Amino acid sequence: MILDAIADVRTGDKGDDLIIAVLPRDDADGQTGHAYDQVVRAVTEERVAQHYGLPVATVHRTLMPTVSAMVFHLRGVLGGGVTGSSYLDGHGKTMGYHLLTLPVE
Amino acid sequence: MGVSMEQIRLGAGAGFAGDRIDPAVELAQHGELDYLIFECLGERTVAAGQVRRRTDPGAGYDPLLLARIDAVIEHTLAAGTTIVTNGGSANPLAAANAVAALLGEKRLGRTVRIAAVTGDDVEAAIREVDPLVWETDAPVSAHPDELLSANAYIGADALVDALKQDVDIVIAGRASDPSLYLAPMIHEFGWGPCDHALLGAGTCVGHLLECAGQLTGGYFADPGPKDVPGLARLGFPFADVSADGTAVMGKLERSGGLLTVQTCREQLLYEVHEPHAYLTPDITADFSRVSFTQTGPDRVAVTGASGRERPDQLKVSLGFRGGWTGEGQISYAGPRAEERARLAGDVVVERLAHVHGVPEDRLTVELIGTGSAFRGAPGSRGSDVGPLPEVRLRVSGVLDDRAQADAVRWEVESLYTNGPAGGGGARGSVTEVVAIRAASLPREAVTTTVHIQEVRG
Repeated sequence: MILDAIADVRTGDKGDDLIIAVLPRDDADGQTGHAYDQVVRAVTEERVAQHYGLPVATVHRTLMPTVSAMVFHLRGVLGGGVTGSSYLDGHGKTMGYHLLTLPVE
Repeated sequence: MGVSMEQIRLGAGAGFAGDRIDPAVELAQHGELDYLIFECLGERTVAAGQVRRRTDPGAGYDPLLLARIDAVIEHTLAAGTTIVTNGGSANPLAAANAVAALLGEKRLGRTVRIAAVTGDDVEAAIREVDPLVWETDAPVSAHPDELLSANAYIGADALVDALKQDVDIVIAGRASDPSLYLAPMIHEFGWGPCDHALLGAGTCVGHLLECAGQLTGGYFADPGPKDVPGLARLGFPFADVSADGTAVMGKLERSGGLLTVQTCREQLLYEVHEPHAYLTPDITADFSRVSFTQTGPDRVAVTGASGRERPDQLKVSLGFRGGWTGEGQISYAGPRAEERARLAGDVVVERLAHVHGVPEDRLTVELIGTGSAFRGAPGSRGSDVGPLPEVRLRVSGVLDDRAQADAVRWEVESLYTNGPAGGGGARGSVTEVVAIRAASLPREAVTTTVHIQEVRG
């Protein structure tokens, strides 16, 4: 199974940094508890860094239990950000969806 | 005004410079709004406005501002709705004059009071104080490129000064996005600078609304897991905010989209890397204990945001001359599409180096369709993906020299006849770059002023 089966992502940028919120979907009973716990266990800083090919030190996770979500802050991944890089998607908005291919148990 | 309100309704009229206009008209006409907010600025848009202002002293404000005001003004005046915008961009005074001229041509049957808020343009103060640039840790004066613009993120207090003067429209420059929403709350509810919890709660509401359609199912929609009805008619959100800082987010039933706990929690975390310390000019807001409750169809209550002392210094967005971006794109399709696109990229890079003197490390080569959006992350291309039926090559680079940037465009175009086989749909462009950096200034170095004018419409 991949993360896409149990969670959504919302991606934004701040300067050179990528900010990816991971939002576990409701369980069948409408509660996010189970999916949230599963995502907390599976989607760690180490695994996110590995999935994007980044040093672990550039990835920071903040848990947001009151909204059953978490935020990943990936520092310095945008190569100058929207005004300094010539990538097609300088904001990196398309990059968040890569996380949904992360294998989860 | 004068009598303290208990609840006000704030509507989101625009979430970025290029946003749609019709959802704002729908809200202005049917939303029974007290305030309509147009958030129209990005970092690049302000710097670009400063560049335009250099050649034309009457320019530099948001190019769509007049169209937005023109589309809603009859409804906002009829409903007693005050417009607040940062669409003055690099030239709020010129924007106010242009809006006054526009309204003077219309038969509105009443006098309209317009406030322009200036003072965010801090180029002189930046040159005098010469603070460190965040990204380089070197003083602004040591930056090798020409400084084109310096705009401080100003807060709600500057906008409240304008709202106190019984105006119909407030036009600011680089006012921070949530401050546009917080200012009416401070003004109507009489919140003070030490009401940290209230300012944090109000900032949370502003943050939820500031990207407009992102809250109502826009940047949320994903067919299958997240279906959104009527996406082409996406409505913009509003908030009913109470004097105690609690709020209910909503949208018009007649519009498309949806507003749920799920859309709200996605937007709460959008571009927020430290949810417990979201910095604005007004407050250090804390979103870490926010919770949402669905209270009805397209109605979500938000509670739990709070705040601490505001930052001592104001963030300043700096625009430096940053060279030129050159880019070219061309498509390949059918058998060996990816191989031909890759060969084409190699040809362009080799020729740019040897014929035009463009170093390879200044160039970005993307094979669109192969997972290039993920910038080389492991597994970008996906597993079990067979030959791709279509791949688009894109070569780009930010270069000091305009001719070199144009060579990038040219070398991609010249693949048409010089191969590899079957390249089609070549496009290219050269654009000037304004590089955005940040610095801090003491609050005392930034003084804002309100300029009022009346026009008989």
